[in-house]
Amino acid sequence: MQKSASSGQAHRGLTRRQLLSRASAAGASFVVGAGFIAAPDAAWAAETVALKPGSFATLVQMARDIYPHDHVSDEYYVIAVRGYDSAEAAEGIEAGIAALDAAAQGRGHASYLAVSWERERVDILRAMEDSPFFQQIRGGLVTGLYNQKAVWPLFGYEGESFSEGGYIDRGFDDIAWL
Amino acid sequence: MTAPFEQTDDSVVVIIGTGAGGGVLANELAQKGVSVVSLEAGGRYLPEDFINDEWESFGQLAWTDPRTTSGDWRVAKDFSGLPAWIVKAVGGTTTHWAGASLRFQEHEWKAATTYGEVQGANLLDWPIDAAEMAPWYEKAETKLGVTRTGGRPGLPGNNNYKVFEKGAKALGYSEVHTGRMAINSEDYDGRLACQQTGFCFQGCKWGAKWSSVYTDIEYGEATGNLEVRERCHAARILHDDSGKVTGVEYFDADGNLQMQAARIVCVAGNSFESPRLLLNSASSMFPDGLANSSGQVGRNYMRHMTGSVYGVFDKPVRMWRGTTMAGIVQDEAKHDPSRGFVGGFELETLSLGLPFMAAFLDPGAWGREFTTALDGYENMAGLWIVGEDMPQETNRVTLNHDVTDQFGLPVVNVHFDDHPNDVAMRNYAYEKGMAIYDAVGATRTFPTPPYPSTHNLGTNRMSENARDGVVNKWGQTHDVANLFVSDGSQFTTGAAENPTLTIVALAIRQADHIAREMSAGTL
Repeated sequence: MQKSASSGQAHRGLTRRQLLSRASAAGASFVVGAGFIAAPDAAWAAETVALKPGSFATLVQMARDIYPHDHVSDEYYVIAVRGYDSAEAAEGIEAGIAALDAAAQGRGHASYLAVSWERERVDILRAMEDSPFFQQIRGGLVTGLYNQKAVWPLFGYEGESFSEGGYIDRGFDDIAWL
Repeated sequence: MTAPFEQTDDSVVVIIGTGAGGGVLANELAQKGVSVVSLEAGGRYLPEDFINDEWESFGQLAWTDPRTTSGDWRVAKDFSGLPAWIVKAVGGTTTHWAGASLRFQEHEWKAATTYGEVQGANLLDWPIDAAEMAPWYEKAETKLGVTRTGGRPGLPGNNNYKVFEKGAKALGYSEVHTGRMAINSEDYDGRLACQQTGFCFQGCKWGAKWSSVYTDIEYGEATGNLEVRERCHAARILHDDSGKVTGVEYFDADGNLQMQAARIVCVAGNSFESPRLLLNSASSMFPDGLANSSGQVGRNYMRHMTGSVYGVFDKPVRMWRGTTMAGIVQDEAKHDPSRGFVGGFELETLSLGLPFMAAFLDPGAWGREFTTALDGYENMAGLWIVGEDMPQETNRVTLNHDVTDQFGLPVVNVHFDDHPNDVAMRNYAYEKGMAIYDAVGATRTFPTPPYPSTHNLGTNRMSENARDGVVNKWGQTHDVANLFVSDGSQFTTGAAENPTLTIVALAIRQADHIAREMSAGTL
């Protein structure tokens, strides 16, 4: 889809990543893009409590780079890492984000968020995947992202069926393409 | 209705654990008029309490007290504090089990004789055989209402099964069906037929799957001869100067140390807690732990050779709908060394919900190779491989004195290395599993590593000679006449089959033996 690093994303206007980057640069309190500012339940879009807004934005991008699902919008990733925006967690997270940014700077970028291609961001993450920080974020996402009930329908997963009497009359054996 | 017994009443049989072994044993003894006190570390959850949500249910039911791991198995890396996925609740892991109820094959009782010398394996023949066990299996199948036995019909196949069946038949497999399952295909024993709801692993909310918590435990309590003490964690088995056991110390729900006197003690806490209790009961008379003159307590830990295969297709399967373990291929269960390994394996359908699929498909993996697999979740089919693994003396449950539980008791370390036979069988089974899905047009397949162990076997194994194992053919310890082991830890070898039916059959048989010996005054 994308023709090159310089043209592909820029042609569609600001990307979510660039929005996040801009928020970070401006020191804005809101770290979320247009797509979810409009969401009715904006609890997750509130100001950060303990983390620098830019750090939170970086965390969201990192979450997406670890478990990228193009059909899953940012709001679910925000929810997945929201718990790190706390007084107890902030120091460790800020240190981890600083290390991430330092790695990006070592590759000639202004920050992790300023790295345009996912492939290159993933290279940065691969180089630090054994670090406690990376494992903390990745491990937390396994439940933080995939155990959100609102995410399940995006994968077709239906969750419990007991309340509807199971599938005995609702398609447990309805496969037709075999 | 529940019989309360005095803690000083030394006429009772104390059973530790209420699962497939302990729960059945308690009921069978109570039905024969024997007084029983069952100590259960967990609480009591009934169908109305079960939660059809994977992680929430895990929090409700799973045994998550600390344990440690070592060895080359991947579980030690990915789930280092969770070597087993088993249950801490009344009914034990019979709330979680899938329901597959298969008899051992005749040759599997005699693994050492059948397989011959296998380097590095500590193989031994069971001191019992298929003929001895046949009537007990029949009683167990009747108790559990196993489908495709005793004239009971099989379950209908769900979508996951249909994909599996078509692929298996395309490969030429012939023993392909919806299994022999302890899940009702029609109303049975006062319990409903399966409603194809899924979440078999989280406790059946219809009660269609047999679990001891709402069958044997309740039937036993109804006799007035069984008292179940919930949230009571056995700490130590006591003995007298003659070397006979006299009672069990346990921590009650408030964390206070209590003691229940006993005429007989039966240990059924699954293959980690049972040897742990024996080892934690060391005394000046038994410095290496109770019933451990052979040094075999905790050794020969087996977990079945397992693994899973998931296939993604270009159209929806929705494998989570209906029975979790909805069908089986048995053609590979035979012993055929021309395949490059001894023993055999079963292929059984399996599904996980999205949350557990994310955790278990490829633990630790990330990036698009992983996430595009999950993107295909709705189009996935899945199967589980369960085969015989080799007992090894060094695969072992030991006390870890550096880590203690909430009661200050040393926890277990579980050490496991795959035997080369296990690896060869797994690789062969992965190929067959992937071929099944390829035959129906899979666009991608995943040979998924073993989960934390659900089949934990062999750490107090049964042996003809006292030097080779911990218990005799009745599950009675070689060293202490009134001390029994009543769970899967007494397995001499693991066979290819899911173990619960055999644990239940052995428990029914053991109850018969204990009651007879008590009447005769020899126990």
